[in-house]
Amino acid sequence: MTKKPVQFQLNGDQKATFVDDGQNLLDVLRRGVGDLTPKFGCAQGTCGTCTVLIDGQPHMSCLTLAETVEGKSVTTTAGLENGAELHPLQKAFMEQFAAQCGYCTPGMLMAAKALLDTNPNPTREEVVEAISGNICRCTGYEAIINAILSVAGNSPQRYGVR
Amino acid sequence: MTLHRGKGFAAINYPIGMNLGGDPSQALVHSNPDGKFMVALSSIDLGQGMKSVTRQIAAETLGIPVGDVYVDTADSDTGPHCMGSFASRGTHRVGNAVIQAALEARSVMLEAAAEELEVNAADLETDGKGNIHVKGAPSRSITTAEACGAAQFKQGKTVSGRGIFLIPMSDVDPDTGEMTPVSCFAHAALVVEIEVDDETGEIEVLEMNSAYEVGRALNPRLVEQQLVGGAWMGMSHALWETTEPNYPDRSHGPRDFNEYVMPGPGDICTHNIAVLERPAEDAPYGGKGPGEMCANPVLPAMANAVYNAVGVRVDDLPITPEKVLRGIRQNGGARPQARR
Repeated sequence: MTKKPVQFQLNGDQKATFVDDGQNLLDVLRRGVGDLTPKFGCAQGTCGTCTVLIDGQPHMSCLTLAETVEGKSVTTTAGLENGAELHPLQKAFMEQFAAQCGYCTPGMLMAAKALLDTNPNPTREEVVEAISGNICRCTGYEAIINAILSVAGNSPQRYGVR
Repeated sequence: MTLHRGKGFAAINYPIGMNLGGDPSQALVHSNPDGKFMVALSSIDLGQGMKSVTRQIAAETLGIPVGDVYVDTADSDTGPHCMGSFASRGTHRVGNAVIQAALEARSVMLEAAAEELEVNAADLETDGKGNIHVKGAPSRSITTAEACGAAQFKQGKTVSGRGIFLIPMSDVDPDTGEMTPVSCFAHAALVVEIEVDDETGEIEVLEMNSAYEVGRALNPRLVEQQLVGGAWMGMSHALWETTEPNYPDRSHGPRDFNEYVMPGPGDICTHNIAVLERPAEDAPYGGKGPGEMCANPVLPAMANAVYNAVGVRVDDLPITPEKVLRGIRQNGGARPQARR
């Protein structure tokens, strides 16, 4: 198997590594350069927990050939926080209990970031559309949608506990 | 094409834990020299909040800040025995075991403090903020960290406790069939409103209204989170998740959990929840824990709503568009029932 050199930006840092033919980006991120924040879920592009941003666009890293990120910029959940300061989305997910087991959370955060970066004030429907490629098995989505909306400055609660 | 609205109702009694040969769980609690306490469990936190709730229970019982308690559920080889995180038993069974273990550890901590303060341990109380003082004389005080440090470095005591909670196996009376399989029930009632398309058989869930009685809600936000998420699972089970049938042949069907059709973020509905707190006598601080019950009432309520909307009684799950359409055809058309 031939190895190919690949250089890309990971969360602002320059990375250079060798990848196998056909090796996917998720594998290279986790095992090649040691960023464990994108999760391995289904490995077939249905669950979305491996979602990363490539030049600002959300991609499932399990379905992305690693060599295609040559010269590009990759952002993962590890690139969200600024030192000890959490990203507003991370803070909102935490404060609004938008995670139970947390396995979908990295993908949800990246899908939400991709949305808010281009559309800072989305409607509920736009949030739903943006995370529709991400499966959550625990929360029933409501808390996730509300957390994203709260970062965008509005928070229509659709359920209530009396 | 006509859209038919329907409402369905269901009420459930849900037993906490199980009784297949007895239902024990154990907990071990010990302090470190810095006065922080470790709770060792073999019960796993699947995201439902096992660690948060047992941490709260241990802190409350020990009389120390919740930040001074750590919960380790890492390894069933090295941890104490637990039947497991299932049957909605975690809060109730494990919580009770944690109370017992924490009480024993607390009594050693108070004895150590008593020796340092030269008083009787029975005269001491904790303030929940990390201090132990003589009742009525708060100035006669020692921190929990100092007491635990003294126990380990001066007095040669382990500040530790063992706990077990067991619901013993209940035999069935051969004559009457009588048994006592569970000690504690939680309760729920749920109304769901749906819309059924009589041309496609598709069901849209419009709104859910529910009331859950879960004993004391030890962590209200976690209870809320479980109820909302659990209702989604119930909805998914009621209307979506199946490996059968598949067209044109079996090879097109889902082969694993990943390929089930499940409701996405666009399929969820408004869900109003009332949490009723009736602390249970044999439960840790009254908390039963919602567990699997979050999903249960959704299924029968959904089946009743389909009947109410189009007069089709589907008695196997999930209630797929195909089953609804077959039922409508068999009845010679949709038969909306009386609106409630």
